[in-house]
Amino acid sequence: MAKKKFVVGCFDEENVLFPAVKKVRTAGYKIKDVYTPFPVHGLDHALGMKETSLHTAGFIYGITGTMTALGCITWIFTKDWPLDIGGKPHFALPAWIPIIFELTVLFSAVGMVLTFCYLCQLAPFVKKHHFHPRATDDLFVMVLECTDQTNTAEAESFLTNAGAIEVKTEIAEEGWWFGRYDKETMFFEQKTVIA
Amino acid sequence: MASSIKLKFEVPGKMKTWSYALMGIGVVALIAGFITKGMSHDHHEKDVFLGTLMYNTIYWTMICNTAMFFICITTMAWGSWQISFKRVNEAISTMVPIFGGITLLILLYVAFSGSHIYHWTDAEAVANDHILKGKAGFLNIKFFTIWSLLTVGLWVFLGWRMRKMSSQADKAAMNGETGQKFIIKTIVIAGAFLVWFGLTVGSVTPWLWMMSIDAHWFSTMYSWYNFASTFVAGLSLIALWVVYLKNKGYLEYTNQEHLHDIAKFIFAFSIFWAYLWFAQYMLIWYSNQPEEVIYFKHRVQGPYKGLFFLNLIINFICPLLIFMTRPSKRNYTIVTFMAVLIIFGHWIDFYQQIMGSISKDHVTLGWLDFGILSLFVGMMIFGVSRALASKPLIPMHHPFLKESIVHHT
Repeated sequence: MAKKKFVVGCFDEENVLFPAVKKVRTAGYKIKDVYTPFPVHGLDHALGMKETSLHTAGFIYGITGTMTALGCITWIFTKDWPLDIGGKPHFALPAWIPIIFELTVLFSAVGMVLTFCYLCQLAPFVKKHHFHPRATDDLFVMVLECTDQTNTAEAESFLTNAGAIEVKTEIAEEGWWFGRYDKETMFFEQKTVIA
Repeated sequence: MASSIKLKFEVPGKMKTWSYALMGIGVVALIAGFITKGMSHDHHEKDVFLGTLMYNTIYWTMICNTAMFFICITTMAWGSWQISFKRVNEAISTMVPIFGGITLLILLYVAFSGSHIYHWTDAEAVANDHILKGKAGFLNIKFFTIWSLLTVGLWVFLGWRMRKMSSQADKAAMNGETGQKFIIKTIVIAGAFLVWFGLTVGSVTPWLWMMSIDAHWFSTMYSWYNFASTFVAGLSLIALWVVYLKNKGYLEYTNQEHLHDIAKFIFAFSIFWAYLWFAQYMLIWYSNQPEEVIYFKHRVQGPYKGLFFLNLIINFICPLLIFMTRPSKRNYTIVTFMAVLIIFGHWIDFYQQIMGSISKDHVTLGWLDFGILSLFVGMMIFGVSRALASKPLIPMHHPFLKESIVHHT
């Protein structure tokens, strides 16, 4: 995994954050992500993020569940082991609908959870760098991705002008790694540069 | 801010013409139906005529009433997103007194005229019928009359109170204290409406008005099923009016976010309807008791087979597949199409519920049904557009209006 340079700006007001996102994007900076303590309505749209494919996956899992249940029960009750239950026809569709429904829900729920974990790179012992501990508390943390050409001082002052209450430049691990936090750097003791 | 907002709805001439035309077609159909069927000496023909009036009027009363139910349930849940188009729901609910009055007239006529539709009104038949005798405490003309009058009367009264309360939000700006008082008072009336709505649509009234046509048969799910049916259709009606007003440039504060939530409600309650449909059907199918299966016999295997499954396709499969994605719920054209389809679909549902019991041997769906439908649609358009024009379109001083404007799904 590669280390990279990031400029981090912290905002404490939602109505400052939104214009700031717009300004930063029009200025040409690349936003890696904005970390927020709670889901902020419309932020994904403001960031111009691609819509998730999670629901399409969910639909496919659901259909798979429907087909599995229908196919399995049909095979069992009409071919493999036909039973006379209350004089009903062997292909007794209404009685199977609850099971078909349950399997549809089960497949799509479990499948979507796993897909969600995959898309977000979540798994036991998979760790990622935290840019600011207060992103889980009360700050909106905007992280800009830097290239070799980026003037970090300029980017920092840009964020300050856009309303950030705290800015810093960090060289951090970009992706994820296996391990435990305490074996990595104690990032909460890092000195922050207040511009 | 307020200067750019169009608060006054003016009924376009074209809309008036359309509503008159629809009502004209309806009246012609009504007269022709009365002459050919209503005055017929054949009891069956007469029942078909009365039954056609019955299911149309009950259907339209109930779907207009769900507009008020929608206001009350969102008010109780402190839901503020509906404020920006609240006046549309209120306008639709002003049709309850008119349609409710027609319903009462027709139902009481059916009950008192010795018609064969309500078998239990025949004293001689009840005396010789063990099952009907057992139900006589519930199915008798006295209870029917009192309960029907109470049902419609309290819907009208509590709906009127809610609308009157809402007018306060037009007059003057409220501060924290008066705003809180206003909200609490509205919630109290909404709660009273909901309790009565639960006792009527949620339990007793559809049993009395519709299920009692099959006096021997019963299903405890029946009222809930009809509640779901009319609520979906009522939401579709709200969606239609909202889209219409948006297209005409009104309701500036209502946008795709609100439409998305209405469509979500339609989607969810279509599935709820299908759940109740299936729960009722499967239990009866599975236990296979002759006295219960009789209701489904001529619907699933008899002449109503086509309509029965059409009902399921329109009201469940179509909303499920079409409304599943997010963009389709935010698209005005798709929402309009689905709303019309669902209102028609649940009309078919009411048709097969009532006419399937009155005319068991053959489906009578024809010019009379569509004629009466056009009468009610015409009356609805006429009444709702007039009600919309009589009040400001947006309650400008409602304490929750801002929450509704910034609503985001």
